[in-house]
Amino acid sequence: MSTSAAIASTSAVLPRRGGVLNALSDAFWRNPRLLLFLMLAPPVLWLGVVYLGSLFALLLQSFFSIDEFSGLINREFTLKTYGELLLPSNMDIMIRTVVMAASVTIASAIVAFPIAYFAARYARGKWKALFYLGVMLPLWSSYLVKVYAWKLILAKEGILTWALDKLHLTWLLDAWLSLPVVGGNSLSVSFTGTFIVFVYVWLPFMILPIQAALERVPGNLIEASADLGASPAQTFRNVLFPLALPGIIAGSIFTFSLTLGDYIIPQIIGNSQYFIGQAVYSLQGTAGNIPLAAAFTVVPIVVMGIYLWMARRMGAFDAL
Amino acid sequence: MQAFMKTCTALALILSFTAHAGAQIKEIGKAEGQVTIVAWPGYIERGETDKNFDWVTKFEQASGCKVNVKTANTSDEMVALMNEGGFDLVTASGDASLRLVAGKRVQPINVDLIKSWPNVDDRLKNAPWHTVDGVHYGVPYMWGPNVLMYNTNVFKEAPTSWKVVFEPMDLPDGKPNAGRVQAYDGPIHIADAAQYLMAHKPELGIKSPYELNEDQYKAALDLLREQRKLVGRYWHDAFIQIDDFKNEGVVASGSWPFQVNLLKGEKQPVGSTFPEEGVTGWADTTMMSVDSANPNCAYMWMEHTLSSNLQSDLSVWFGANPSVPAACTDGSGQQTKEGCSANGFDNFDKVHFWTTPTTKCASQNDACVPYYRWVSDYIGVIGGR
Repeated sequence: MSTSAAIASTSAVLPRRGGVLNALSDAFWRNPRLLLFLMLAPPVLWLGVVYLGSLFALLLQSFFSIDEFSGLINREFTLKTYGELLLPSNMDIMIRTVVMAASVTIASAIVAFPIAYFAARYARGKWKALFYLGVMLPLWSSYLVKVYAWKLILAKEGILTWALDKLHLTWLLDAWLSLPVVGGNSLSVSFTGTFIVFVYVWLPFMILPIQAALERVPGNLIEASADLGASPAQTFRNVLFPLALPGIIAGSIFTFSLTLGDYIIPQIIGNSQYFIGQAVYSLQGTAGNIPLAAAFTVVPIVVMGIYLWMARRMGAFDAL
Repeated sequence: MQAFMKTCTALALILSFTAHAGAQIKEIGKAEGQVTIVAWPGYIERGETDKNFDWVTKFEQASGCKVNVKTANTSDEMVALMNEGGFDLVTASGDASLRLVAGKRVQPINVDLIKSWPNVDDRLKNAPWHTVDGVHYGVPYMWGPNVLMYNTNVFKEAPTSWKVVFEPMDLPDGKPNAGRVQAYDGPIHIADAAQYLMAHKPELGIKSPYELNEDQYKAALDLLREQRKLVGRYWHDAFIQIDDFKNEGVVASGSWPFQVNLLKGEKQPVGSTFPEEGVTGWADTTMMSVDSANPNCAYMWMEHTLSSNLQSDLSVWFGANPSVPAACTDGSGQQTKEGCSANGFDNFDKVHFWTTPTTKCASQNDACVPYYRWVSDYIGVIGGR
């Protein structure tokens, strides 16, 4: 009874509430666009000025050139620096990086798929929790510690060589290491080692999107395929794989771009041949050759641009 | 409001800088209470890493100047920080010191105000990396050589030449050196190759490993391309090289006394030597910012670097050589005569100290290959080109 009396005693138009915060709240209510503007301004500023601005500054630098004689930056528009990118030694670096990124991506997809499939189809309850823990756990420790640990595992006198020796499989390792390009003195000073560590470090970024995609594949489609007489291989090829493809492509964007930009792993594991990140790092340092460093950074941007465009056509972003 | 405060602080700083700018002080006044130093990691220790290595606490107590340290990992960082301003001192290496002088970022030092100046090594007093036209722009801090480190199980006697890391050959244990040697992963290693050629191909006419004309430069790169076939991995991080000597079967490489001392400390079978061709090396100088806000504390610190346990203890800590010869023997710290000899103290004349190659060079008629080309070409060499 008392509440209805209270309502009856006030008119439909409430008096203006006092206080700065209340006034502000009223203003936002009357002007929804103002609120929208205020909420969007910081991220747009961030994206526009800090992110795109620095990107354009970088692009601009790549059109300058370095003076052959004095080593000073010549601030005039020229394509000379891009011409330098085409020198054989620089082409090597780009091809090396892109091939490594592509092979790491393919290998990650192959390793990740069964793990993700198990997690999506069979793991339940505490097994599911264990799966997430197992996949995420490596991400909790420092990247550098993991890479150094791998250096010890792969070293000539390391754990892996020791294990193979006990299994009388040293001949296998030696045969592999005697191969050109992928071989070397030991796993830790060969591209094989770099490759293994890349796959290990970026694997979680591949497993999680594939698992998400596989969980969305209805189980009855697989059963229907089997009922209609398809062999497991046919079911995989025609039903499961096409439906999981967007997830694989989403994962591959991570592994591909992360490998493309990394400069720590090839510095610690491998035969010291440069990847794009390392080239940028040493060119912008004492060398002061910022135009060439900037031109180098444009390469991953272009490669990723093409890659994302292809990924979009394959439907990787349909689920977003 | 915060922005306004920042502007005020900046203005105040600029004003205080201009007040001091350019004036070489005539006498050391009262301590300002603090001094800010840009230094290499491990250069200024206050006993926090290892309590036996402390050369700051006593200075702070005696002088009343609190020491603030900003560490920098490359010479470029040091130059950038000094250009930014706000620091009093910097421990600049040979490739940064002349840039700082040329850029007018550091001020001349009145050595009469530094009591211990006469104790400085005569070989360093007028070194060209801090003395320009007879004016001193700093006080020598530390120097060190890049020695040849080798495995004593493989080499019963110390190798006498850098040949073991430059040319394909069988090592004393009868196995080839391919895959068992290393080289430094930095363009400055081209100077090591040039130094080797200086001794073995005198017809090239190399006068300084940092001043190479096109032909000499090409010869050095050719030598390095041969070396690429021998080297499994180039080293750039001291601890990775230590690990490679222990686990990767590496038996010979250019190195720093720092790694040699650490490996010996772990009872590993390594030794180091100065090969007959000579070695490259580095020398650092304490330099004072042109707009130092704390000149009195800065001068007190420079005096402290020469007169305290710093020279002796730091040379042990860093595997380097003191700029004050007495520090090797006077027991001011933990350094001994043997320790100094191991760090290469007696081989000063064999050291070609690092300077940045530029086109301007006296020995080759100002037609030298500049450093930025060293960088891009060395990347090519490592890539097998």
